[in-house]
Amino acid sequence: MSILVNKNTKVITQGITGNQGLFHTQQAIEYGTQMVGGTSPGKGGTEIEGLPVFDTVREAVRETGANASVIYVPPAFAADSIMEAVDAELDLVVCITEGIPVIDMINVKRYMEGSKTRLIGPNCPGVISPGECKIGIMPGYIHTPGKVGIVSRSGTLTYEAVHQLTTNGIGQSSAVGIGGDPVNGTNFIDVLRLFNEDPDTEAVIMIGEIGGTAEEEAAEWVKANMKKPVVGFIGGQTAPPGKRMGHAGAIISGGKGTAAEKIRTMESCGIPVAKTPAVMGETLIEALKQRNLLDLCKTVNVK
Amino acid sequence: MNIHEYQGKEILKQYGVAVPNGEVAFTVEEAVEAAKKLNSTVYVVKAQIHAGGRGKAGGVKIAKNLDEVRDYANELFGKVLVTHQTGPEGKEIKRLLIEEGCDIKKEYYVGLVVDRNTNRIVMMASEEGGTEIEEVAEKTPEKIIKEVIDPAVGLLPFQARSLAYAINIPKPLVNKAVKFMMGLYQAFVDKDCSIAEINPLVVTGDGNVMALDAKLNFDSNALYRHHDVLVMRDLDEEDPKEIEASNFDLNYIALDGNIGCMVNGAGLAMATMDIIKHYGGDPANFLDVGGGATTEKVTAAFKLILSDENVKGIFVNIFGGIMKCDVIAQGIVAAAKEVQLDRPLVVRLEGTNVELGKKLLNESGLQITAASSMADGAEKIVALVG
Repeated sequence: MSILVNKNTKVITQGITGNQGLFHTQQAIEYGTQMVGGTSPGKGGTEIEGLPVFDTVREAVRETGANASVIYVPPAFAADSIMEAVDAELDLVVCITEGIPVIDMINVKRYMEGSKTRLIGPNCPGVISPGECKIGIMPGYIHTPGKVGIVSRSGTLTYEAVHQLTTNGIGQSSAVGIGGDPVNGTNFIDVLRLFNEDPDTEAVIMIGEIGGTAEEEAAEWVKANMKKPVVGFIGGQTAPPGKRMGHAGAIISGGKGTAAEKIRTMESCGIPVAKTPAVMGETLIEALKQRNLLDLCKTVNVK
Repeated sequence: MNIHEYQGKEILKQYGVAVPNGEVAFTVEEAVEAAKKLNSTVYVVKAQIHAGGRGKAGGVKIAKNLDEVRDYANELFGKVLVTHQTGPEGKEIKRLLIEEGCDIKKEYYVGLVVDRNTNRIVMMASEEGGTEIEEVAEKTPEKIIKEVIDPAVGLLPFQARSLAYAINIPKPLVNKAVKFMMGLYQAFVDKDCSIAEINPLVVTGDGNVMALDAKLNFDSNALYRHHDVLVMRDLDEEDPKEIEASNFDLNYIALDGNIGCMVNGAGLAMATMDIIKHYGGDPANFLDVGGGATTEKVTAAFKLILSDENVKGIFVNIFGGIMKCDVIAQGIVAAAKEVQLDRPLVVRLEGTNVELGKKLLNESGLQITAASSMADGAEKIVALVG
């Protein structure tokens, strides 16, 4: 089991004829994701990688029965692509695109109110349920099926955590990159709630970073609601205030959004926080031991 | 991206936001000429640098006649202004704003930000103008009044009115304050601002509502659709290394330490700085080379890191996902040779084709210390730099 995506998820790529869109569609097919088509306005009726290409998302959904899309459209057009996917009533839209103007995302969020669609991202690596479905740009081979969930604002730090788990014999149920932008589709609490309800997820790693207060709110939510152990890591403990650290959302402004404050709140809510990114796996293992869950989570044979 | 106060006021004027008459000057002569045009009895000479706290630092002068304008301009041009936002090195004054003085009755604060909790733009207003708003938020949060704005309809007049009443704008001037706020919001949305702060907004003796100062920051992701804003960029106000980095599409931020970092991914780049600090070292920079680390990009990144004299060693930390480690290793070797690397280099590679990548590094003949993990790499570079 897993959250958000599984082997039955039918995926289309918006922007399938672009470099990124095509490359990652090929990678997804190789991984075993059920890719069913793509869109590229003006190229409807053609085929690429054996998949049908459509002019519009509505048409693609009607013809293929897709229930999810992944967006590799340039930033200037990405907000429009998200709204097109919402209009076509897809269950899940994963937007990989980095660099969408914040005001566009504010409008997207308003447009999505009352819709059934869940948006992951933008500016994220995507979602993977190992062995079943990979939507996004993460390297599939480092993942392995199992019982630990990961939710993160950072792509490469997610890979780092997954790698540490896999090499310690611990598989993953799903890994979700929620993205590094200040206004995004899905937040920590949304994903934690899904992991909490997923019978096959036993524990969660939550990877945050400086900027905003999403980690603090998630920590309070965990304290009040989470039945499963959660451990964390916060990037940017040494980041200077007022500087945007790569991600549009990673900025300490007006003394708010510091790593120290996030770590303090998380620890006070019962979330052990890894001292360095090198021990995210160890921190989780320690938490699993305390709850006698380690054997259950050892799903990988390590040589 | 930041702009100067005078540029911010030019933009606001286009949206019907009242600002004092004034003009920018790049020389003493221009300053005097600008003052002559104003036909006023009091002139304000304001240093234009990208930092707050200019008044307290002595960057704002009141002149009573043209001779005083000349004297103050002479004094300020070329002066290095140190405020609480510039850092100890300060910033050299190269531009002055010459404005007519006005009869201030009371100072207020009005600002707009993107609120991450509501995913909306929020307008904030306070009766406590003229002081740092962070300070007000800390000590008397009840004195900051907020209105959350629905993007579908924008700031509504009743919301602006509510704010104006709440901060006790004199009743006869409420309509002017509303016009001011509506204009400010429209400018924010039209120009893709990330922050707009008017501190202070003033009510004057002759019954005007004006922006005495203006701080506008812009969403760098939206600059492609605002050429008029982009031309206002002042490269003198930016770190030369950060400008160079942006030319190569590298995310670089200069720090004070002596260990240069080259990492792929913003999160991992931040975490790499953290782990260096954890092992007792000091990072010299944040540098995210991004997903597609080509030889050209890696070379540019090396040059950039080495251009910082403080750098005593470099730590490369790459988690090659889609990027293959052998390709990255080739880039590192080529770049290290091209820049004739003369300082210790520790490389941690992980991911696709990692063994092939390590082999390339080992056989390169370069003095490269291989690290087996992120922690190992951090420990090694800290030890090497000493």
